[in-house]
Amino acid sequence: MRVRLIAGLAAVAIAALAGCGNAGKAGGAEGGPAKALKIMAPASPGGGWDQTSRVAEQAIKTTGRKVEVYNVPGAGGTIGLAQLAGEKGNGNLLMTMGLVMVGAVEQNKSAVKLDQVTPIAKLTEEYEIVVVPAESPYKTLGDLVTAWKADPAKIAIAGGSAGGTDHILAGLMAKAAGIDPKKVNYIAHSGGGEALNALLGNKVAMGISGIGEFAEHVKSGKLRALGVSAPAKLASVDAPTLKEGGLNVELANWRGFVAPPGLDDAAKKALIDQVTKMHDSQAWKDAVAKNGWNDVFQAGQPFADFLAAEQTRVKAIIAEMGLVS
Amino acid sequence: MDSFGLLLDGFATALTVENLLFALLGVTLGTLVGVLPGIGPAMTVALLLPITFSVPPASAFIMFAGIYYGGMYGGSTTSILLNTPGESSSMITALEGNKMARRGRAAQALATAAIGSFVAGTIATALLVAFAPMVVDFAIAFGPEDYFALAVLAFTMCSSVLSKSLVRGLASLTLGLAIGLVGIDQQTGQARLTLGIPQLLDGIDVVIIAVGLFAVGEALYVASRMRHAPPEVVPVGRTWMGRSDWARSWKPWLRGTALGFPIGALPGGGAEVPTFLSYSIERRLAKGPAKEEYGHGAIEGVAGPEAANNASAAGTLVPLLSLGLPTSATAAIMLAAFQQYGLQPGPQLFDHNPALVWGMVASLFVGNAMLLVLNLPLAPMWARLLRIPRPYLYAGIVLFAALGAYAVNQSVVDLLILFALGALGFAMRRFGLPLAPAVIGVILGPMAEIQLRRALAIGTGDVTVLVSSPVAAVLLALSALVLLLPLIRRVRAKKQGKSPVGAP
Repeated sequence: MRVRLIAGLAAVAIAALAGCGNAGKAGGAEGGPAKALKIMAPASPGGGWDQTSRVAEQAIKTTGRKVEVYNVPGAGGTIGLAQLAGEKGNGNLLMTMGLVMVGAVEQNKSAVKLDQVTPIAKLTEEYEIVVVPAESPYKTLGDLVTAWKADPAKIAIAGGSAGGTDHILAGLMAKAAGIDPKKVNYIAHSGGGEALNALLGNKVAMGISGIGEFAEHVKSGKLRALGVSAPAKLASVDAPTLKEGGLNVELANWRGFVAPPGLDDAAKKALIDQVTKMHDSQAWKDAVAKNGWNDVFQAGQPFADFLAAEQTRVKAIIAEMGLVS
Repeated sequence: MDSFGLLLDGFATALTVENLLFALLGVTLGTLVGVLPGIGPAMTVALLLPITFSVPPASAFIMFAGIYYGGMYGGSTTSILLNTPGESSSMITALEGNKMARRGRAAQALATAAIGSFVAGTIATALLVAFAPMVVDFAIAFGPEDYFALAVLAFTMCSSVLSKSLVRGLASLTLGLAIGLVGIDQQTGQARLTLGIPQLLDGIDVVIIAVGLFAVGEALYVASRMRHAPPEVVPVGRTWMGRSDWARSWKPWLRGTALGFPIGALPGGGAEVPTFLSYSIERRLAKGPAKEEYGHGAIEGVAGPEAANNASAAGTLVPLLSLGLPTSATAAIMLAAFQQYGLQPGPQLFDHNPALVWGMVASLFVGNAMLLVLNLPLAPMWARLLRIPRPYLYAGIVLFAALGAYAVNQSVVDLLILFALGALGFAMRRFGLPLAPAVIGVILGPMAEIQLRRALAIGTGDVTVLVSSPVAAVLLALSALVLLLPLIRRVRAKKQGKSPVGAP
């Protein structure tokens, strides 16, 4: 009897959780023009791709289309990518992805590559920031690079997961400074928070992360920002660009949508139109402002070209850093 | 005191009817997901993040904090009754707790877990109020070499107490270390022992390992014995803690709190390490009949670790609130929730949003009291679960385990891994290998490895960095002491012409 009770409780808990995740969905446009759209977040709940997916869900809902987000976590999103590739011809499915997936595909030797799926649109960008602890002797990027060149091993760099955006930027910076990217002494952490701890404790020489994760500590003076990976100086952070600091590097942690392979032109156009409509909605604009994202909307062919170029660039630097055997 | 007045204001925020309801919802949900292996507080808070669009921040955080604390309570229930840890931090509780349950002392085990959690949660929350800034300085100063030393200490403490046979203990530990290696190596991004299966790239979830080895392995073992022996009847026993239970519980509660709070505040400390340490310490300190009871259900072995894991939950909030540093998966998602409201945790948060911070802290006290009220009367009720005939009970456990394992990633591969590990757990039981060292290896192995490599990478390969920090040096010296002490005792005993006493 009791077992049944527990199983019942379990079912209620799961239903409650699932229900909360979809709260308010019933209010969407019943009997809309098309089948419900699904958005796959190829990561666990709570991360960047999940957040983007859920914001998109809210925004698309305001355009009158039924939409639902689901998570397929694992292996830098390549598990989700493999599932997407299996949905050949499905015109009601989008997957959120970004720069990190480009690297993960190479590193994990994923059987499905990004050129097999249908690029839909680039949505947002977030730039990277290069910081040193407040106690650090390096006042400018120039100081840091001089020391880095003298002995690359001495400059321990804290950042997120190996092969992720932070690591890729470290490699690109080394290359631009004339240092062998293989010699970069990169200390991978499981996230910006852990890397932050290493910096605040003055355990490492330099740190790299998304601007959002370090901005508050730069403002409070616990960290010193030496550069941002943006093309021009940003209003939100008082730091020069890496280019102004003498390193010819630009990198944006972008996010976007791709769709399953084998879509005909009509299906592809329908998805692009839907995403464009979402981008034009007030809900999306508000969310972009609230999260401090850069709106870099780019749909269809331009995004496909951009994706191809990023694949080439990331593949090259990952190989040069010795991350793929 | 200034913060005391602010705390009173916080209680005013937390004790409004609306926020009390949110706290109740939080602790109830938290207890439920804590009971379910696989769904943890982190995932629950993540799935509830969208409510931040419609609920005021104070209420949302009061609920999230309730879920977090509730998860720590709930995880112990299945550990004790079914040998199926709901959370990784409740694994050690299963060791003695389940043995107690089989001897008809389930109600006492559940009660000491619930009261211990309450005591630890309350004390640790008070410490959070009083010492947050100091603890933060200590936590930040902790470097990779210190974490490595901490892991080494936990290893040595555990290894010497967990098995009667050194060879079997080491074999089990090695097995755990090997399982812990599966997945992408964090430092280089290379895959290890993944056999080309993409689902193994992220490693095997600790909860699946624990549930597979403990619960599924146990069910298989019981099934295999069913025809050979008459079913052992679980005595029902008393329904409440006796005087000696109280007397034996209160010190472990306090010691568990003392371990859990500071280690929980460490960004790399986690909730598991203090439970391991607490268990080992209690076992070492045990004297007389209590010492004999270890392995057959000693109440100290439940009281200490349960207090430790709840205290660590409060510890986690120290760096989160005062620095914006998330030190656990749940804390990381709560940080995301802060950002949804445009709030950035850090020193400024205490100044700019005192109502929010102190309301949340006050709600932790309230939530703790609620959890105690919710859990204590349930303890005797839960305990009666064990009277279900074993075929049904174990079928239920396997169903439960499978449900939880599937819930982690909604992946069929996880289910296959669960049953493979279950078969392994069965074999280990059949051939007399202890399970606990394997689980300790799975958790501490990767931690020790990554911190060692980080320390060496930062020190450019110089081995002396490992003892350069005073904290690391002290912890390593303690580990050496733990290893050497039995030897010294043995030598002394020999000199005196006596046989070695109590050397494990």
